[in-house]
Amino acid sequence: MLHTINTSPFESPAMEECIRFVQPGDPVLFIENGVYAVQNGNRFTDAIAALQKTSPVFALQPDLDARGISSVAPGVEGIGYDGFVDLVEAHQVNSWL
Amino acid sequence: MEDNVKKIMHVMRRAPHGSIYTYEGLEMILIMAAYEQDLSIAFIGDGVYALKKNQNTEGISMKGFAKTFMALDGYDVEKLYVDRVSLAERGLTEDDLLVDVELLDSAEIGRRMSEQDVVIHH
Amino acid sequence: MNIGILLKEGPYNHQAADTAYKFAEAAIKKGHTVDAVFLYNDGVINATNLTDPPQDDRNIAARWSNMAKEHGVEILACIAASKRRGITDDIMIEGGSITGLGTLTDIAIRNDRLLTFGD
Repeated sequence: MLHTINTSPFESPAMEECIRFVQPGDPVLFIENGVYAVQNGNRFTDAIAALQKTSPVFALQPDLDARGISSVAPGVEGIGYDGFVDLVEAHQVNSWL
Repeated sequence: MEDNVKKIMHVMRRAPHGSIYTYEGLEMILIMAAYEQDLSIAFIGDGVYALKKNQNTEGISMKGFAKTFMALDGYDVEKLYVDRVSLAERGLTEDDLLVDVELLDSAEIGRRMSEQDVVIHH
Repeated sequence: MNIGILLKEGPYNHQAADTAYKFAEAAIKKGHTVDAVFLYNDGVINATNLTDPPQDDRNIAARWSNMAKEHGVEILACIAASKRRGITDDIMIEGGSITGLGTLTDIAIRNDRLLTFGD
């Protein structure tokens, strides 16, 4: 199951809640303000690293670009809307609004 | 279970009254319940507040819909899951809730979530 | 893959309508079918033809209308949510219509995926 997170972790508990329910192997995609979670060196960098032990982590590149985020936490893959569609094709979706 | 029956989970994640999401979410659940799908509701985070006893909305002129959660049984919506951590974090126990629910660990709710065809957060 | 979209926020105030649109556009380009965009909560405000954004900004309502016309995507506003917010048939974008939550249930049942965009 693909999990998407669209709110900044500084503003919302969505990411922390999501992480508790993600099953091993489930991909996690950060979109919209959610991408602030993967800016390298912020206080969530350790949480992102821990999440990556069991889940591949993606961030929507146009949302990273729009917010001036050029350095993302190690291992986080930037993808376009095309890549988002591919993830949706491969998984059912759980959007943590 | 028949092939054309979908597993649909509604996830309540917001506190009631401060925004309309919980109430309109409940309206959606009541309609979907008529379609004989495999419905469940999970209460996570502030969503657990929707089930709190003793809500009195008279003073804010809003419809008190907490009791509607008690009526879900009559719509054959019987799978109500509450996240144990979310409840404990808020200093609440099962005795504070209006309805009988299954109090589950995050891992178990996550497992049931992963079996769904559709998950809708409110 | 057949896709249904549930959009729960109005235009401009939140990025949800933009992300939903961009996703739908990419899916269509890849040959997938976007069956319907169901508008719920403040999302129903996406369907009014009264919006008049500045010319240098995107026209979100017009984008949905064009997607409906060019790709057969149903743009559906929930009737209960619409009534609360003053959205009626008279001000509906071309290609949009008002319907009930039962239709959303059908969309959930008949498509391979139902994606939610919102706040």
